[in-house]
Amino acid sequence: MASLADVGQLAVNGVMAGTILAVPAIGLTAIYAVLRFPNFALASHATIGAFAGYVANVRLGLTLLPSVLIAFVVAGAVGVATDEAVLKRFRPAGYITTAIASIALTIALENIVRFSFGNELRGYDLPIQRDWRLGAIRVGPQQVQNLAIAVVTMGALFAFLAFTRTGKAMRAVADNPMLASIKGINAEAIGRIVSFVGMGLAGLGGMLIGLDTTIDPLTGFRSILSVFAAAVVGGLGSIPGAVVGALTVGVGEELCLLFLSPDYRSAVGFVAILLVLTLRPRGILGQRAY
Amino acid sequence: MENYVLAMAVSAGIYALMALGVNVIWGFAGMVNLGLVGFFAVGAYVSALLTLKAGWAMAGGMAAAMLVTALVGAGVSLITVRLRGDYLAIVTLGFAETIRIVASNAIRLTNGTDGLSGIPGPYRGALSPEAFNLLYLAIVAVIVVAAYGISERLRASPLGRVLRAIRDDEQVAAVAGKHVMLFKVKAFAIGSAALGLAGALYAHYTSYIAPDIFVPLLTLYIKLALLAGGLGNNRGAIIGAFAVVFLLESTRFVIPLIPGISPVQGAATREFLVATLLLVMLRYRPAGLLPERLTQYPVPPSAGNYQPTA
Repeated sequence: MASLADVGQLAVNGVMAGTILAVPAIGLTAIYAVLRFPNFALASHATIGAFAGYVANVRLGLTLLPSVLIAFVVAGAVGVATDEAVLKRFRPAGYITTAIASIALTIALENIVRFSFGNELRGYDLPIQRDWRLGAIRVGPQQVQNLAIAVVTMGALFAFLAFTRTGKAMRAVADNPMLASIKGINAEAIGRIVSFVGMGLAGLGGMLIGLDTTIDPLTGFRSILSVFAAAVVGGLGSIPGAVVGALTVGVGEELCLLFLSPDYRSAVGFVAILLVLTLRPRGILGQRAY
Repeated sequence: MENYVLAMAVSAGIYALMALGVNVIWGFAGMVNLGLVGFFAVGAYVSALLTLKAGWAMAGGMAAAMLVTALVGAGVSLITVRLRGDYLAIVTLGFAETIRIVASNAIRLTNGTDGLSGIPGPYRGALSPEAFNLLYLAIVAVIVVAAYGISERLRASPLGRVLRAIRDDEQVAAVAGKHVMLFKVKAFAIGSAALGLAGALYAHYTSYIAPDIFVPLLTLYIKLALLAGGLGNNRGAIIGAFAVVFLLESTRFVIPLIPGISPVQGAATREFLVATLLLVMLRYRPAGLLPERLTQYPVPPSAGNYQPTA
């Protein structure tokens, strides 16, 4: 029987996992809000970010923070490039065609990573630290550092959206593309920025997820169910929703360990998607879904 | 060599059955299924488990596989039928991943990642491998021809016409008094049943199934087959399936000839080629190489010459 301390430990783990999950979930939902299609290519960009961070950290010997920054920039740059070269051409054909194209794109990119790095599991070069104990609850310093990176990233993003001209323009395009264009906002440029930021967040998220364990070419695809669950539960297209959804899914995945074996963890995300779509399709904070 | 050709023909037949099923969902009704490999897996596991553990006959297992996948397909589509189509994309993809997770972990039932082996095949023990392949090819061929006939019948039937109307303009179909939601769920269930039967055929053919067989790449193969043959076109679906199997098998021989390539790199190259080819087809031939031919209804001459007067 689980004690109260166990529940507390799981809840703490869940909040930590959820905060990290929020980073790629924001990327996904931002892209959905502006470009209006579910971009499954997020999976491969998370993998690319994780591997870019790996090259910076292990091969170039950089410390954690610059490596994380490199993960963001490389995944963002690949995101803009692939959107310009591939996905943009599909958008006039409708969101279903674009979604299928994004799946094909993600498998193509994943295999470029596999071709270059192979299928082996790889770990980052990090100092080993003893867990901190707060009463009955244990926390790893590395987890706290990841949490801090995720929180700072999200804070910066919210400031960007709230206070800068570009951020406001992004929200305007998401809200009403026609009005935004009347005001002279260049939707193409905004699309490029959202691809960079969104896929950059995916790459950063991929690296943060990988920091806890190991990475391989399937790192991104394995987490995509949880990322989509977070975005759908929060309301597809809503950035605060993605944070709420990620925390819900993160805590839910941990608390289900009280009843289920850990292997079923990612199935929880799917159950969450089904529940939300049945009961409240626009998610916790989202707009109309139909 | 004959055995290899026979085996490839059997897999092409199974792909053709899947392509016919997806054609009903995607080609006729315009709905997206990004997790068709999940339905294929459900069909394979249902039939394998019923024949292995409950001692059912193979025909019973296959029928049960169709029934279960049809019900699952109806459920999955029912949840998202009111929503924009991209939610169906997310749910179907999530479904396939979840099936893989459950198949890998429900060890007492599915034997986990080790997979199920010793799934019975018709007269497998009594026949030589060649004769078994030939018999199985005949069974698959009969089923594909039957599925083709049913699908052609469906296409020409009032149901097929309503589905195409829904695909082209949901609102118009609704205004014409069609229950759009019901028709969409029906189409999804019919298509899923074909995917489930294909899964069962696969399981009884290879005698072994494991979760890592049911990867998302298989979904791309079938999409590619359908696009190669022509979306909405049943004959195209079958031709496309054979074309895709031919392509996959020829890369198997060609890629290892590239100097200095490791097996992992070879596999990666192959998957990259398939994905890229799908992107190219989707971009330049979205209706497929053999587009659907719609009946042209003769327009009375006066209607064509009508000039609005100011």
